[in-house]
Amino acid sequence: MSTTARDLVPPESRAPSGAQARGVKSGKVRRLSKRDKIVLSFMVGIPTLIQLVFVWLPTLMSIALSFMRWNGLALTDIRPAGLDNYQYISQDYPPFWPAMQHNLLWLAFLALVATPLGLLLAVLLDQQIRGSKIYQSIFFAPVMLSLALIGIIWQLFYQRDNGLLNFLLGTSGTPQAVDWFGDSSVNIWAALIAATWRHAGYVMLLYLAGLKGVDPSLKEAAAIDGANAVQTFFRVVFPAMRPINIVIVVITIIESLRAFDVVYVINRGTNGLELISALVIQNLVGEGQVIGVGSALAVVLLVISLVPIVFYLSRTFGKENKA
Amino acid sequence: MAAHTEPSLPAGPGRRTILKSLGVGAAGLAGVPLLAACTGGTGPSGGGTESSGLTFGSGSSDEVPKKAYQAVTDAFTKKTGKTVSTNVVPHNDFQNKINSYLQGSPDDTFTWFAGYRMQFYAGKGLLAPVDDVWETIGGNFSDALKTASTGPDGNMYFVPNYNYPWGFFYRKSLWAEKGYEVPENFDALKTLAAKMKADGIIPIGFADKDGWPAMGTFDYINMRLNGYQFHVDLCAHKESWDQPKVTEVFTTWSALLPFQDPAALGQTWQDAAKALAAKKTGMYLLGSFVTQQFTDPAVLKDIDFFPFPEIATEGRDAVEAPIDGLLLSKKGGENAAARQFMEFIGTPEAQDAYAAVDPSNIATAKGTDTSKFSELNKKCADTIANAKYISQFFDRDALPAMANNVMIPALQTFLKDGRMDVKNLEAQAKTLYAAQ
Repeated sequence: MSTTARDLVPPESRAPSGAQARGVKSGKVRRLSKRDKIVLSFMVGIPTLIQLVFVWLPTLMSIALSFMRWNGLALTDIRPAGLDNYQYISQDYPPFWPAMQHNLLWLAFLALVATPLGLLLAVLLDQQIRGSKIYQSIFFAPVMLSLALIGIIWQLFYQRDNGLLNFLLGTSGTPQAVDWFGDSSVNIWAALIAATWRHAGYVMLLYLAGLKGVDPSLKEAAAIDGANAVQTFFRVVFPAMRPINIVIVVITIIESLRAFDVVYVINRGTNGLELISALVIQNLVGEGQVIGVGSALAVVLLVISLVPIVFYLSRTFGKENKA
Repeated sequence: MAAHTEPSLPAGPGRRTILKSLGVGAAGLAGVPLLAACTGGTGPSGGGTESSGLTFGSGSSDEVPKKAYQAVTDAFTKKTGKTVSTNVVPHNDFQNKINSYLQGSPDDTFTWFAGYRMQFYAGKGLLAPVDDVWETIGGNFSDALKTASTGPDGNMYFVPNYNYPWGFFYRKSLWAEKGYEVPENFDALKTLAAKMKADGIIPIGFADKDGWPAMGTFDYINMRLNGYQFHVDLCAHKESWDQPKVTEVFTTWSALLPFQDPAALGQTWQDAAKALAAKKTGMYLLGSFVTQQFTDPAVLKDIDFFPFPEIATEGRDAVEAPIDGLLLSKKGGENAAARQFMEFIGTPEAQDAYAAVDPSNIATAKGTDTSKFSELNKKCADTIANAKYISQFFDRDALPAMANNVMIPALQTFLKDGRMDVKNLEAQAKTLYAAQ
């Protein structure tokens, strides 16, 4: 912890008297007053404690439970199970592999459709068009809505007999009406569109902030050099938003892995809408609680989440630090 | 976020970089594992155990049953002067959270079901036995009900309030108009269904978006084909799933699949009930609670019911009639008022108060008022009274995990493409029952 603590010291408080301390490492530490040390240890200690209690402890407990059999009642009922839970989910549990595929599909859809859509909205709304603020609010509204409300809204839209979509298609009330939620070959797409509706607004807001942060002189310079609008955006503005891009990539991955609410309101993640997160909930919090199996599913989700995030973060920040 | 504006820092990881990586990393981790180990939440907290009143947790959140229980608690307060504070929880939530509810701070008494689901929690010591209550009210109930209220240790735990039979519901006027007749056996059912289809009606209403309603059809075909005992043993996993007897159930069922509502997977039972009321479907297999949906008295009067036709061995001896009632939590066992309330619900007086508001169910206590019974109620009550065996519905007779995690997806797949992998059912059952 001590090195981290030292690095966290704000630069302005590190060397108030300038040159004489530079190069002598131990000199910096001595200059911290007692009060500084107490404040610092609180600043470092509390987040660390929160991290430990709310992140690492549950994680480790989940990993441990995934190798156990437990009915979730008395602690004395816990029995070791070896790899049985993992064998069960990979070989005997039919929703598992469809769920993996759906999570991948979710990631691909968010990355290729929803996120670019959010970027597009941000670029359009950044053009000083009239009513830009109103559009921003409208596109961002879905992010703030509650789960229940989203369920109702999309129910109105997708309902088989009275829904808006079938009404517009002219099939409402006929046997040809598409069963958007019940037909397992279309309901995943219906859910993805609902998810995009939320995700694009979120991405839009982040990119809007990013676009405001880009130095206008960069754009001017590009224009003077004869770049057109598309070139300016892709060659100059977009690369300048690199920090935002990193955040967006990470958010997109996280969102696709923890995608849950939309499918849960539709049919609790069954019948073509299986997602790992929904299976975790089904096995952990429902009446059909099977803690070992649910924990194993949660660990699978954890491992999958760690791979892209660790890879991307280490690559990005590794480069940044070398520079 | 503005890393490029960082002032010239000495070498080494920048302050913001570290903060950023910690922050993003935490966000990434926090989303996942919290799901896994945070299941021990507490339910609604009870309001103490003083004997001037009690808390009552109710999963009967639908409009009619909610009012009916309100009538019961009002009658209790009027009679004894003891207050009942009722916590109504949406019934799906109530059932899903029962584990953490019972381990947290449960209400003194709460609504629950007879069968495996009650016995499981009794066996784990989360309920208080009510043998003393049964000494008073025991005479009000039949032996079948008493057996259904007994825990695995031989003590009494459950006080039945009402039950309701499962069967085919239909509109008399539609059947009279088209000349349909009640089918006595499975072949007649198939013939009738084919006739309805030719008449442009969806023969069998079906809804399985929620997953559980399809279990009723499974239960009946299994009981009619293999007998009640086999069904109960299969539910308790004393019989294996990968045997020809089980395969036969699904083969038999697949003959009905073309006659079931093709939109089943996208609709709830309420939707299917509306379709029956609108004469879009010819008949609908569900519990008699389906009549709660028929708010138009003219429609309600026009509804009739017939038991599932006989198929093979057992005729129509068994009826599916889940029993709903009350349990006393371990904590509630120390509250005298709560015991008094348990006793009250076992009396004809309380059950009449309930049935006055919610007449779609059949009161279980002897001596309840039957004078206001409709034709349909009488038929339902007779069906239950004449049955040799009463099953509790698959998700009450079997391990909840088996019902929720295995049967729901399996039956939904079966409805979709008519295939059932019984070997896989057995493999899953083995793992799940072993974990208990």
